[in-house]
Amino acid sequence: MSDLEMAATSELGVRPPADPAAPPGVDPAARTRSLAGDAWYDLRRNWIFWVAAALVVLVILMAVAPGLFSSADPNACNTRRQFAGPSGGAFFGYDFQGCDVFSRTVHGARASVLVGVFAVLMTGVIGLVFGMLAGYFGGWLDALLSRVVDVVLGIPLLLAAIVLSKRLSADRQGSGIATVVIVLGILGWTTAARVMRSSVLAARSQDYVAAARMLGAGPLRIMWRHILPNALAPFIVVLTIALGTFIATEATLSFLNIGLRPPAISWGIDISTAGKHVREAAMPLIAPSLFLTLTVLAFIMLGDAIRDAFDPKLR
Amino acid sequence: MARYIIRRLLQMVVTFIGTTFVVYALMFANQNDPIQALAGDKPVSDNVRQVLTEQYHLDDPFLVQYGYYMRSLLTGDFGKTLTGRPIGDIMVDAWPNTIKLALLALFFATLFGITAGLVAGLRRGSAFDNSTLALTLLVVGLPIIVLAPIGQLVFGVKLGWFPTTAGARPSIYGLILPALVLGAASTATVLRLTRASVAENVRADYVRTARAKGLSARRVVAVHVLRNSMIPVITLIGVDLGNLMAGAIVTEGVFNIPGVGSKLLQGIQTEDGPLVVGFVSVLVVVFLVTNLLVDLLYAVLDPRIRYE
Repeated sequence: MSDLEMAATSELGVRPPADPAAPPGVDPAARTRSLAGDAWYDLRRNWIFWVAAALVVLVILMAVAPGLFSSADPNACNTRRQFAGPSGGAFFGYDFQGCDVFSRTVHGARASVLVGVFAVLMTGVIGLVFGMLAGYFGGWLDALLSRVVDVVLGIPLLLAAIVLSKRLSADRQGSGIATVVIVLGILGWTTAARVMRSSVLAARSQDYVAAARMLGAGPLRIMWRHILPNALAPFIVVLTIALGTFIATEATLSFLNIGLRPPAISWGIDISTAGKHVREAAMPLIAPSLFLTLTVLAFIMLGDAIRDAFDPKLR
Repeated sequence: MARYIIRRLLQMVVTFIGTTFVVYALMFANQNDPIQALAGDKPVSDNVRQVLTEQYHLDDPFLVQYGYYMRSLLTGDFGKTLTGRPIGDIMVDAWPNTIKLALLALFFATLFGITAGLVAGLRRGSAFDNSTLALTLLVVGLPIIVLAPIGQLVFGVKLGWFPTTAGARPSIYGLILPALVLGAASTATVLRLTRASVAENVRADYVRTARAKGLSARRVVAVHVLRNSMIPVITLIGVDLGNLMAGAIVTEGVFNIPGVGSKLLQGIQTEDGPLVVGFVSVLVVVFLVTNLLVDLLYAVLDPRIRYE
């Protein structure tokens, strides 16, 4: 995203004197905009993009520095405060164990963001390599990789994740973040690979690729320098949306008791425990639910907004 | 057509064997001691251990075990759980509940999704269109683990419109709220897709022709627009069935419905390998058959599609 923005800003020539690419005497703003520049132009006028971006920044801030939002220790629980109402810094009151609900909710962002980011990195790398190879070389490699994608895609994600995470985490201690990341990485890369493959297929037959090949560029250079930049936009969109889905899946696995484990603080675990005591107090259920929903929604909206900007036909 | 179906069935066999093998390997390969898991904290005597080991072929190599399993699976014998209950019996108890739940969820999803999607697609940019779009965005972002307990809290505990839990023998009325929760995500996706494809088809040449022939607006919408808009929607419903099965795990857990999802989860948590592999195998078959049926439905909806 930041690369995209940087490219877009330089294309738009926001600071004309600092733009070395602009020929002297030509107004940079009057130049025709590139695809990324066009997308950024649309994006800036889309309020959904700003709302989503603000939410994403907020969640990341919460994950990096939870102390900014709540000074209470999320693990300092006291059953004498069980289901106590809001007080002082504990805006949402206390839960069954007497823990500060607001503090737990804020600290829960870290696990979600960690899982989401690392799972997306893993799916991104696998999807990029598979999609690029299948799309560029075609032939038997493409046929083989496409079959693998079909099989993985044929299994419902949650079902496979349940079986796989149970297996992987069978006798390991710790928070379980690595297990969940690996499970999501193994199962979640297919859409990204498909999208990458089809963009590579489209880019491969372009004139500039033929030109690069004629100039003697090898396959690696063509893939990296010529095809990748032109196939990146839909790939980034898919990964942004996937980040949201991965966070939701992590919470679901934790909810089912097979994802993260205490002492890790996860919205999924908190929703699961609070759901059992919902008749006594609703706030311990509502707070993590709200934060989880907003986080998932933010990434999906961000992805949608970027896609709309890159593909105006879809609107 | 027949050749196409045969080819698809052969592909299904390969996928089925592949999937069951992977699940079987994941559940059984270097697992913890299942006999100890069965006994809990109690010590297991050597005699009992020996009998159980022989009975379940626990000492045989992995591939031999898989062979044993597939042989009895193909004769319709799902074997027994580690606690000794025949898995076939559990399935007979569990499937009707899950089928009822899933059909009800699909019914709500198609009913609300297609109706609202049609209206939104015909009146693009109207207040109805914009508000449903915003609502679907929200629903798509709502994970089922949020939707299920919150729905239970609001409509079960606070408003009291529906029973909070479905109980051992769920009635249709008791399943309405779980089905709405389970079908919510599908409703949203069906709605969006219907809207998009209706909006595209309204501008198609054949719709203009139909209007020019003097057909009534109702007939144009129902026959010309809707039928042609249904093709992508039906694929989606087929694909969604897999998500529905997965969502059923959470929904059945929250609303306490004794269905496939809750049994499967129970099996996973007690490390009951036979139970999990049996249920997952059947789920995969259901999933594959649905996808085949969906593909065949294309040809019915769109006569231009021919399978060779």
